[in-house]
Amino acid sequence: MEAGTLTPAGERRSALHRSPAARLPDRILKWGLTALSVGVIVLIAYFFVRLIVESRPVFQQVGVVNYLFSADWVPSKELYGALPLLAGTLITSAIALLLGIPVAVAAALFVTELAPRRVRGPLTVVVDLLAAVPSVVYGLWGFFFLIPKLQPAERWFADTFSFIPFIGGTVTGPNYFVAGLILAIMILPIASAISREVISTVPGEHKEAALALGATRWEMIRMAVLPYARGGIAGGAMLGLGRAIGETIAVTLVIGNAPVIGGSIFQQGYTLAAVIANEFGEAASNELHKAALIGAGLVLFVLTLCVNGVARAFVVRAERGTRAADQPAAGMAT
Amino acid sequence: MSDPTHAAVRRETEDPMSSQHDPIVTPSRPVAAAGAAAGQPQHLARSVTVERLNAWYGDQHSIKDLTLSFAPNQATALIGPSGSGKSTVVRCINRMHEEIPGARASGRILLDDTDVYAPGVDVVAVRRAIGMVFQKPNPFPTMSIFDNVAAGLRLTARKVGHDQVESALRGAGLWEEVKDRLGKPGIGLSGGQQQRLCIARALAVEPDVLLMDEPASALDPISTLKIEELVQQMKSRVTIVIVTHNMQQAARVADQTAFLLDGELVEVGATEKIFTNPDDSRTEEYVTGKFG
Amino acid sequence: MSSLAFAPVSGRRRRTDKIARGMVALLTGVALVPLVLILYYLVKQGIGAISLDFFTTDPTGSFLGDPGGIKSAIVGTVLMVALATAVAVPVGVGVAIWLVEFGRASKLAHAVRYFIDVMTGVPSIVFGLFVYITLVIGNVGGSSFAAWKGATAVALLMLPIVTRSAEVVLLLVPNALREAAYALGAPRWKVVFRIVLPTALPGIVTGVLLAIARAAGETAPLLFTAAAVNATAFNYNDSMNSLPMLIFKNVGQAQDRLVTIAWGAALTLVAMILMLTLLARLIQRRSRLS
Repeated sequence: MEAGTLTPAGERRSALHRSPAARLPDRILKWGLTALSVGVIVLIAYFFVRLIVESRPVFQQVGVVNYLFSADWVPSKELYGALPLLAGTLITSAIALLLGIPVAVAAALFVTELAPRRVRGPLTVVVDLLAAVPSVVYGLWGFFFLIPKLQPAERWFADTFSFIPFIGGTVTGPNYFVAGLILAIMILPIASAISREVISTVPGEHKEAALALGATRWEMIRMAVLPYARGGIAGGAMLGLGRAIGETIAVTLVIGNAPVIGGSIFQQGYTLAAVIANEFGEAASNELHKAALIGAGLVLFVLTLCVNGVARAFVVRAERGTRAADQPAAGMAT
Repeated sequence: MSDPTHAAVRRETEDPMSSQHDPIVTPSRPVAAAGAAAGQPQHLARSVTVERLNAWYGDQHSIKDLTLSFAPNQATALIGPSGSGKSTVVRCINRMHEEIPGARASGRILLDDTDVYAPGVDVVAVRRAIGMVFQKPNPFPTMSIFDNVAAGLRLTARKVGHDQVESALRGAGLWEEVKDRLGKPGIGLSGGQQQRLCIARALAVEPDVLLMDEPASALDPISTLKIEELVQQMKSRVTIVIVTHNMQQAARVADQTAFLLDGELVEVGATEKIFTNPDDSRTEEYVTGKFG
Repeated sequence: MSSLAFAPVSGRRRRTDKIARGMVALLTGVALVPLVLILYYLVKQGIGAISLDFFTTDPTGSFLGDPGGIKSAIVGTVLMVALATAVAVPVGVGVAIWLVEFGRASKLAHAVRYFIDVMTGVPSIVFGLFVYITLVIGNVGGSSFAAWKGATAVALLMLPIVTRSAEVVLLLVPNALREAAYALGAPRWKVVFRIVLPTALPGIVTGVLLAIARAAGETAPLLFTAAAVNATAFNYNDSMNSLPMLIFKNVGQAQDRLVTIAWGAALTLVAMILMLTLLARLIQRRSRLS
């Protein structure tokens, strides 16, 4: 029955049933879309399986443990120890988190709690605009601007604080630190957006309670805002981490692509993503090399899966906690 | 009359007047530095005098030239229909009103003889001396019961003694119910218990005045009665201003009642008089239920 | 007398408050610096390359002579992103419709949402690997590297973004609207296509534009799927140039002229992305739902 059509009395008797033909578009829609959605699941699962299959040659050759924990990545000698890659990925991501998250949270706090109203919109736009810059442009800018500009400062820092492990020593142009710094800038928008989101949902009543006790503005933020928002902020940090782990182009342009574990953060290194981008060309004809790179992709995939899983757990737990806070336990008379 | 300058000098001394026989033990209070004579009330709280208060929300003029005083160690109820400005008055007293964007106030509000709106007065200090309990219980969701009570104390002291928290919880009539689970989250309590937790939190910093903005309106009748009992007991330590739209409640707990209408003070007087023989016809119409 | 009326707020607390708020403001300022620096440098280095020839000539690939322009890169980016969008949007919106109208809270819907979430976290180079393994290795379609394969990798990248944002917008459509239509006897498909989608359209378009902005700038998925050639290509079955690839290839070059080309291309790319983002935000602001 089409909406809006008049039916004479006779037809009305059968008007409660739709003919199979009339029901057909609905069924096509439903099953078509269901197939599509299931297809997505199948596709990803299939990709995962193919990754494993195509990388098997290298695992058969060197063994999984060796692949993950040996420090020699020398394709020409058929040595495929991915430890320098793993280390580089983790080091640059750690630097990115250390530098980026405090700034992201500060920007989020400033915009939601401390900035005058008129400035809030523009500030938010500017921070979010960082996400519009593609990674290759970050790499370009890092390569030509950041690396030369930072080197003297890095050298000074390495000399002054050489007593701290992993700081002193030679300073190369491209290094872990620059890569970490660029990653920090790249994860700023997403970490800040999520933090902003969570901080702005802190119920006003908790903030009022803190102020009414005689708290300064900062004390109120420490008492009522940050504890409430910390789950979501952690989730945002994890999402940023996931992004940092997988970032390829910007990193490969500024990290030096040296398959070693650098002695300090101011020395060259390599990451899982960068090695794939860099060596795929020359690996085209070498089956084992190709498998090794696909293996690196597999490790990368699993890593991001885990990190994103943790991120979701944080966000879900934060949501559950705040939902509980909004509904006090039902008042049994006391 | 000597003005106890206990604000500046706080000494933990056992008050010789504290009675051990009250079902709710009044916690020890610091004695006035100027020498308290035996026979003075347990703690001389402060008077609050509102002089020609005007308050706006943006362009909306919500409190009009209001003058009202609250005697020390007494409970004053503010009654009136919705929108009469009762909550606004109270929020002006501890300067919470100005936290709302676009809101402002003018006039004088004197705590004893100090204007809280005087230039140079620190808002943070005002709010320490004037505590507030809100309509909806709002314990800090991420803190335990202990931490909730200690929250205000921790602003000024690094270590908070267990006895201070116990003292405040006793003052709020909650100690017996939570003494075994101080580490549990504050939001795990029932609504009535949460509100008493908020009262304990406010009492912990030993304010001179306690503002209560419809503290029982979100609670069940039994919790409400407990809160009302508390008001009676707290009077000996603090001056209480309680906003309520429940006239029976006002009649039960308040020594003095003020009737507000459309941001103006219509009439104020002894509670009994307001409810049995008010001067103003509008008051009479309100308390007999003709409107509001 | 009045100075002792209130317990004074300790200097330490005041200082902490000021310092903490100062730090927060400072760090916020730090957050703004990179964008300013990047945009400034981008314009400064790239503006010199901009000219009509720049947009209308192909890169020559020669190291010594005239480096040419970026025409093939622009054409390639437009063509590949268009194809990726044409695939990702129907599929993405379709999955979103299924999630909101059919799957809802079922176990299958949970699984689908989980996998979409997984896709959001997959690094773009892994998408390139996916396509490489499944399409390039076997020389599917007759050639190894092909523009349509690059577009596939980009489509995979766009899919979770489109689905996520479309789902959010579809959920915002008030149920009352749907119920009114059902109460009139409208079949499911009509409610979806005549009522729900049109209401959600601005929001969906916003999400699509943002996904396109993201996809246009990606290099990694194209590295070993579409590769890059210098000549302008229109055949989806051939390798095709693209702006990100061109920039990437020219970064390490020693010749200043080639580097300038890279900067000019970068400026062009960022300008395109910014315009898309601006358009998306404008539509979002005028939408009835957000």
